[in-house]
Amino acid sequence: MSKPFLSIENLTQIYPDGQGGDLTVFENANFGIEKGEFVVILGHSGCGKSTIMNILAGLAEPTSGVVKMDGFEVSGPSLDRGVVFQNYSLLPWLSSLKNVSFGVAARYKDWSKQKVLEHSKKFLAMVGLEGDVIHRKPSQLSGGMRQRVSIARAFANEPKLLLLDEPFGALDALTRGTIQDELLKIWGGTEQTVFMITHDIDEAILLADRILLMTNGPYAQVAESVEITIPRPRSRTEIVEHPNYYAIRNHLVQFLGQRSKELAGKREGETPKAPATIRIDKTGSEEDPVPSAPLRAVNT
Amino acid sequence: MFDNLSVNQRAAVLSVVMLVVGLLIWEAAIPAQKAAAELTEYERLTGGGAPKAGVPPPSQVIAKAWEQLSNPFYDAGPNDKGIGIQIGYSIYRVLTGYIMAALIAIPLGFLIGMSQVAYKAFNPFIQVLRPISPLAWMPLALFIIQDSEASAIFVIFICSIWPMLLNTAFGVANVRQDWVNVARTHELGYLKTAFTVILPAAAPTIVTGMRISIGIAWLVIVAAEMLVGGTGIGYYVWNEWNNLDLTSVIFSILMIGVVGMILDLAFGALQRAVAYVE
Ligand SMILES: Nc1ncnc2c1ncn2[C@@H]1O[C@H](COP(=O)(O)OP(=O)(O)OP(=O)(O)O)[C@@H](O)[C@H]1O
Ligand SMILES: [Mg+2]
Repeated sequence: MSKPFLSIENLTQIYPDGQGGDLTVFENANFGIEKGEFVVILGHSGCGKSTIMNILAGLAEPTSGVVKMDGFEVSGPSLDRGVVFQNYSLLPWLSSLKNVSFGVAARYKDWSKQKVLEHSKKFLAMVGLEGDVIHRKPSQLSGGMRQRVSIARAFANEPKLLLLDEPFGALDALTRGTIQDELLKIWGGTEQTVFMITHDIDEAILLADRILLMTNGPYAQVAESVEITIPRPRSRTEIVEHPNYYAIRNHLVQFLGQRSKELAGKREGETPKAPATIRIDKTGSEEDPVPSAPLRAVNT
Repeated sequence: MFDNLSVNQRAAVLSVVMLVVGLLIWEAAIPAQKAAAELTEYERLTGGGAPKAGVPPPSQVIAKAWEQLSNPFYDAGPNDKGIGIQIGYSIYRVLTGYIMAALIAIPLGFLIGMSQVAYKAFNPFIQVLRPISPLAWMPLALFIIQDSEASAIFVIFICSIWPMLLNTAFGVANVRQDWVNVARTHELGYLKTAFTVILPAAAPTIVTGMRISIGIAWLVIVAAEMLVGGTGIGYYVWNEWNNLDLTSVIFSILMIGVVGMILDLAFGALQRAVAYVE
């Protein structure tokens, strides 16, 4: 099997637990992400999702293990890996446009000022920000607008890998829906690889090609990799009618509600282990007499 | 009629009323000073009952102000210069010492704020040097520099350096890690990060330090000039006191207040210019 675009190998993170001992957040995490894939990671609070993302971004160093992108080891942050931070992290003294254009100028150093501004405006327009809104400071924008600026900033840099840490965490359901659609629209037009953290199962199913499930920490593992067997383009209203939707959703709910706890703290030993691939496909399952193992997992 | 005015207008009216009433009481209190036994306690406490030392009524001070301000830049020998020239000397000394302090304090504060080691290494020196009254440096400065003019500037330098140094270091050290991470993910270099992220993020704290410093510098220059003599508003106050010209003393005290206020307003405007809302 050829190496995936992004490969996470034997990643282990140990923090001091504050009482003189060690806290192993996760151990020997192994998984890969293909080019152009949209991967969402789900897991309970504190299992180490943000830690993994910071390591992928190059903002933090793992205790051991490596991350390779395109065959090269990740060390330190890079313009090839764009990050949308959970709390937007816009620079409050710059206008929305400047928040995007300073990144574009850092990425394309040889571009003229004019070109940088046009490119930035194009991406702001893609997330629905046009007109005088883009000259306002972040403090003068709503939470949803700030989030869009943050997404525009990351996409405008056209990174090979886009890392999103609970990007819609602070938004109401309505705004969330709009920005999810915008995110899919922009992503659909590019060859970008996306790695996203969320707490929202429906959001994960709507957006992802594949969902990684993490068990609870400490010693959290990336236990399963669930394929989302619902064809694109997807829309919020139509996917619920797809025969696979509830099967997948039940599987996820069941994992997060029960098995993530049962599997928690179980050390798999030193042997590196890739997450089990789960493929739930009920389309035409009537003709298929052999029940697949993952389906049984759903029904238990 | 009063109800129709905005808060600012009402406050302005009240300020004018207080000024006029205050001046009237002052004016009325002066001729009454001989009859000390008849004074109310309030008047005694407000100085109305001071023994005759020639405290001038406000009308005299206003006349003096008019005279001085209509020709502020005359120069009739070392002991007789216009108020504008004296204030000019003081401002020149304050700004020279202050700018030198800023040129050292802000870059140094930046380095100290960026590095925990530097912060800890510099901290004991700062803690010992900072509480020293700037005037305590004066004898040493006079001895080493051997020049009263430069010594006064040195005293301004030494008193204005600490608030700027500490505020810059504090502001830089407390820039939100999120913003630094934004710079890192955009591969901004060391200098680029310093100027495009850390400086604007820490600017409000730095300018607050600069504002405190200019206030202290203006307080200290008056005392320093009383000591070194020659020129400047501090020397002027002391000189007029020696001449027993209390009208000029009161007038120059007011001028010190006005100039201090203008300096503070200028830095207040700068503060608003660099402020941001998170
Ligand atoms: N700098 C640190 N020092 C010590 N422990 C840390 C540090 N950062 C994170 N941790 C611990 O690591 C664990 C994982 O944290 P992380 O932020 O990755 O969780 P998460 O999965 O992103 O949670 P959430 O969904 O709530 O954001 C937590 O138990 C946390 O206490
Ligand atoms: Mg997190």
